[in-house]
Amino acid sequence: MSNVVDYQQLEFEYRKSPDQDAAAPAHHALVVVGAGPVGLSLAIDLAQRGQRVLLLDNDHKLSTGSRAICFAKRTLEIWDRLGVGQRMVDKGVSWSVGRVFFGSQEVYRFDLLPEAGHERPAFINLQQYYAEGFLVERAMELPNLEIRWQNKVSALAQEGDRVTLTVDTPDGPYALTAGYVAACDGSRSPLRGLLGQESKGRVFHDRFLIADLKFDAPLFDNDAAERWFWFDPPFHRGYSVLLHKQADKVWRLDFQLGWDADPDAERQPERIVPRVQQVLRQGFGRELPFTLEWASVYTFACLRMDRFRHGRVLFAGDSAHGVSPFGARGANSGVQDAENLAWKLDAVLRGRAQDALLDSYASEREYAADENILNSTRATDFITPKSEISRLFRDAVLGLARDFAFARRVVNSGRLSVPATLDGSALNSADGDGFQAALRPGAPAVDAPLVKNGKPSWLLRELGAGFTLLVFGPAPAWATALDVGTVAIDGAVLRDEQGLAAQRYDAAPGTTYLLRPDHHVAARWRKPDAAAVRRALHQALMPC
Amino acid sequence: MLITEPNLERPDDFYEALLAAHQDLTLEQSHDLNARLVLLLANHVGRLDVLQAALAAARANLNGSSR
Repeated sequence: MSNVVDYQQLEFEYRKSPDQDAAAPAHHALVVVGAGPVGLSLAIDLAQRGQRVLLLDNDHKLSTGSRAICFAKRTLEIWDRLGVGQRMVDKGVSWSVGRVFFGSQEVYRFDLLPEAGHERPAFINLQQYYAEGFLVERAMELPNLEIRWQNKVSALAQEGDRVTLTVDTPDGPYALTAGYVAACDGSRSPLRGLLGQESKGRVFHDRFLIADLKFDAPLFDNDAAERWFWFDPPFHRGYSVLLHKQADKVWRLDFQLGWDADPDAERQPERIVPRVQQVLRQGFGRELPFTLEWASVYTFACLRMDRFRHGRVLFAGDSAHGVSPFGARGANSGVQDAENLAWKLDAVLRGRAQDALLDSYASEREYAADENILNSTRATDFITPKSEISRLFRDAVLGLARDFAFARRVVNSGRLSVPATLDGSALNSADGDGFQAALRPGAPAVDAPLVKNGKPSWLLRELGAGFTLLVFGPAPAWATALDVGTVAIDGAVLRDEQGLAAQRYDAAPGTTYLLRPDHHVAARWRKPDAAAVRRALHQALMPC
Repeated sequence: MLITEPNLERPDDFYEALLAAHQDLTLEQSHDLNARLVLLLANHVGRLDVLQAALAAARANLNGSSR
């Protein structure tokens, strides 16, 4: 496809499948439901691992409106492995700096990636329809991944080792059976409803308006892409406003409106345009022409399902958990769900692990969801104080932040998405040797610049799709006998010229990390033998 | 450990300074001052367990509660 595709207008053709005329329901080992960022990432990952995947979507279009726009470093690293990271970064707007205002005064500025030596930025902002569009195009390159548009699951039954799905199409319903079903069908998840399950938690009584605005002239003199957050600004007294930039010179303004706002009235252009003009006049001291691209009034809740696994149906992304948008923890955590689930389903289907490994998908990602919900709830309580006293303390923190560094650490305009360290996972092998805490078992691997055969490379780029033994020094002779890939920073082929890899991994010569296929640390040693690595590998595949 | 035994260097001077700090403030400003004071002192203390003990001690037997 050319690069002038209008992803917002793109429609995908429904095609009748031979399954629809089959005498008996066709069987598929893996069915993914929902072609959003999570379902697409999961389906691509499974297909790249060699699995045959069927992806069903009830629609035939990409995301309506920009929706999730902030994609975090970790998501980009996952998408690098799926072959779409570079496209996302090229099209998206990279940023790492945020500014926080109280009234009309800047109280502080933060940098989410203050150190150099990472391939990917802290964040890119990119409209969801681009992210989905690039993922769909990648999916279409994989012959063992089939997408069926306008295929809506309307019934589900589990019996023994299979799930029977009834799928509605423009040609009427048909049945198929699946070995495993991944429900990536969004916050209103029809599959969750079909199983009689619900997502429970805290609903926030507040409304927010998103307005996507296209400016021809740069909004900032230096054309910077920064996240600006105002508490109680003069142009929107008593509420908060968030501004950030997306691709195609589109900026998003996010206004807190309060619970009493009328959502239908607020999404009308005649209401939105004067709001935006006021921000420009009072926030930027000028008037600029703009066009309104898209607007939406939303509410949110912090909630999750009790369990992400129900027999052979596994829930991932918004179907399993929901957060407030502050912190960009929705789509980003969903893509992490997908990558956690992909290698485990692959290992089970290959007979390398037992079905019980999938229980660890649920427990690890439930733990991560709790972390995301906690962060998201705390940010929401700071941004939208629920009582006079909570507003008093909030404003006192903001008032102090101007002058005192300690208070800036308390200001919470959203703790932006970082991947969870899976402490307590049954797949981890506890540290036996002394190490700094940062990259403990359960933590996601961090990037560092390397030099390979004299050319610049990156540590994460060198890791394979399976288990990897990352060795600081020459690869031990026994490693070839194990079912793992080996990446040896041996100083010959692969060199750590800046010493950043050794520093970040607290490594000395001989230090060895066992990384899972999703690049979380399974175990680490100062100088392991084959038996220790074998034990850790077993632990990471067969939790008991 | 939260210190609840006498620890103030000069209790009467402190109390006078506390009231003086609120001199001429509206009730709203006094609330703001108190909130800022809590935050500054909390940062000075630093330890979460001590702060939690202080929160619990402050909340026990509040004036105006039934007991």
